Amino acid sequence: MRKTFLRSLAAAATATLLLAGQASALDTTPGPDSDKQFFPIASYRVGPYAAVGASIWAARIDYYRYLNEVEGGINGVKIVWQECETEWTAEKGIECYERFKNGLNGAPVSAYFPNGAPAAYALADRAAKDKIPQVTLAYGRTEATDGRVFPYIFPVVLTFYSEASALLNYIAEREGGFDKLKGKKIATVYHDSAYGRETLDPLALLAEKYGFENIQIPVADPGNEQSAQWRQVREVKPDWVFLRTWGVSTPVAIKTAQRFGFPSDRIIGDVWASSEEDAIPAGDAAKGYLALTPYPAGANFEIHKRLKKYILDQGKSDLRDPKAFGSVYYNSGLLDALISVEIVRQAQAKFGNRPITGEEGQWALEHLKLDDAALEKAGFLGLSQNLQLTPLDHEGGGSVRVQQWDGKAWTPVSDWVKADRETLRPLIEAKSAAYAKEHGIKPRDVGTN
Amino acid sequence: MSDVEAPAVLDPAIRFTPRVLLAAAGLALLTAAPFLASEYWINAIVVPFLILSLAGLGLNLLTGYAGQMSLGAGAFMMVGAYATFAFQLRVPELPLPLALILAGVIAGATGLVFGIPSTRIKGFYLIVSTLAAQFFFEWLFLKFPWFYNGNSSATISLPGGLSIFGISAENPHGRYFLTLATVALLTILSFNLVRGQTGRNWMAIRDMDTAAAVIGVPIVRSKLEAFAVSSFILGIAGALWAFAYLGSASVQSFGLTRSYQILFIIIIGGLGTIRGAFYGAFFVSLLPLALDWLFQHLLGGQIDAGLLQNIQKAIFGLLIIGFLIREPEGLARLIGWKAAAPIRNPFSRSRTRR
Repeated sequence: MRKTFLRSLAAAATATLLLAGQASALDTTPGPDSDKQFFPIASYRVGPYAAVGASIWAARIDYYRYLNEVEGGINGVKIVWQECETEWTAEKGIECYERFKNGLNGAPVSAYFPNGAPAAYALADRAAKDKIPQVTLAYGRTEATDGRVFPYIFPVVLTFYSEASALLNYIAEREGGFDKLKGKKIATVYHDSAYGRETLDPLALLAEKYGFENIQIPVADPGNEQSAQWRQVREVKPDWVFLRTWGVSTPVAIKTAQRFGFPSDRIIGDVWASSEEDAIPAGDAAKGYLALTPYPAGANFEIHKRLKKYILDQGKSDLRDPKAFGSVYYNSGLLDALISVEIVRQAQAKFGNRPITGEEGQWALEHLKLDDAALEKAGFLGLSQNLQLTPLDHEGGGSVRVQQWDGKAWTPVSDWVKADRETLRPLIEAKSAAYAKEHGIKPRDVGTN
Repeated sequence: MSDVEAPAVLDPAIRFTPRVLLAAAGLALLTAAPFLASEYWINAIVVPFLILSLAGLGLNLLTGYAGQMSLGAGAFMMVGAYATFAFQLRVPELPLPLALILAGVIAGATGLVFGIPSTRIKGFYLIVSTLAAQFFFEWLFLKFPWFYNGNSSATISLPGGLSIFGISAENPHGRYFLTLATVALLTILSFNLVRGQTGRNWMAIRDMDTAAAVIGVPIVRSKLEAFAVSSFILGIAGALWAFAYLGSASVQSFGLTRSYQILFIIIIGGLGTIRGAFYGAFFVSLLPLALDWLFQHLLGGQIDAGLLQNIQKAIFGLLIIGFLIREPEGLARLIGWKAAAPIRNPFSRSRTRR
């Protein structure tokens, strides 16, 4: 009995090894797809964040499919994509990166989206070594904005510093000018993690500049009990609360705020607390809740019309729940997809209409420009802000729109609010200089460009 | 007793010719491996497998041999990683191998302190006290910016990169050989420990501490020794995990799930065996990848991707249950070279019969 089991086990082991051996054979450089562009999708469909993930990947796949089938690829270069499950962890994220970095069947990688803070931090050093630019859209290391120290890291569109500054600008707009900020109380309820702490420094700086009282209240992970924090909020009676939570801690915060009698239309959620998944579980308490976002919700942008016509109505969409079409996370996936495609387009303008490698992708990112004309052509006007990246500035945007939850859906209540990035730049340069010193990196001389 | 733990390839006490040949072949294979395997295999599969094996080995000394339950494996790995970081950052003259050893010593001392409750309590109560270590260090390393050098993301990575005596190991081969050498040395150390008086004391305590005390085994000292040695190895494994595999780490890299993972490795692999740690790590780290590959190629594109991922998880879970029903003593017993030979560890036998 045992013998046979043992033998079957040995057979299974051998089969595993053989299969795995073949898997490694996939990443050879020349291959049948050498004329195509490869977009790896490091997805998370299991684990605690799976619920938000599904819409993101669906949007990316829908957009790539639309480009392939309707527009004939990117300037004639067809797109291939493959998923890899990261579970939002660093370990699996590394495995996926290593699996994909050499391309797929000959189709090269132009830029890598790690889609998760732990994996992004773990892969930071490998990006420069493998010469594959790493794009972290609206998250990640803020100081990587300084391209002299981080040539291959791109926190495009929005960093947390810009987010903090844009928040202040929006509040000033609501209060009627920056001089009105003096003496106001702004409390930040934040997730006590690398992500949550990113805004401590910029808010301290801005408090000094504008003279508001800066109150910081941490919430320990996962944050499903916040009575103590909101009791504190009630005691200090802030004029505004900046809610920088993530996952389950967001609806809990909104509900607890209601219990302690803090009005929801005085709470402004951050980028990662601005989705349907954050507001719906909070029920009625969320009515009036405001949130910042670089990709507002809505299914009436031009790109949605195209996708609906050619993909959704044809039954080719990857989206299982049609209600999620135009949700915040779906739209965030569209923005991811747009950036990944525009990198290739930008590089093609210089290197020719062919598949783009990581090194060429890095050049393209540092010269990426998305103005109104480009956005209109792509169908993203209103959904994406204008972007202009340079070797010195790897963020390139820095604006958010404010949206409000009416109990059923998000409605944009502001136009793009720009961050005051000049004020924050010295802080970013100090951080990147410290990083360069700690790691013995000699900042690149990018000239005046 | 000395024949029980048939080692894979690194047997320090080589006696039989076939074994010598086998060991030589194994050694040759291990040395040649990085030149045969692709970068993906080394970076993403072999290195993490070796480090997880080492961590499993460390915990197995404590739980498998000395019988002290622990859910603090992640915490001691964390201590090792942060200590290595501190040494490399603040005493850059210190070469990496020495920093690793010192970090291991610090982790060992930490383990000793958190092992003190084991002199009074055992079983589930001890789990709670090791769990305290887990939460305490997660808090400690986040609370004080000194530990992560005050950077905004609270992550640590080696300031000078991975380099040994000035030679950079920041490449797949460097990582592989650094990890392999460490794992080999510590495995040999563990073999010698468990075969010597120390190991016998541990096993005596594991099987019945009252009886052990009666025959003159120094209970308190042995238990603390087990905690210290186990944490020493876990600390080094943690440092390797952070810097030879991940590249940069934060407390989340060593959370409670890591502790569970290490515990599962030794339960699946086989408690109280050295090779069990390797089998368990193999099972836990390679099987999901093989499943993933198989599913991608058989069913990719036909079934919803989310469903596919969840099916894999379910199958993996079923396999674990299946294996443990087949052989509660773990894979080591199941695929041991000496499965047919009845010379079993008398202590472990009596333990499982109880």
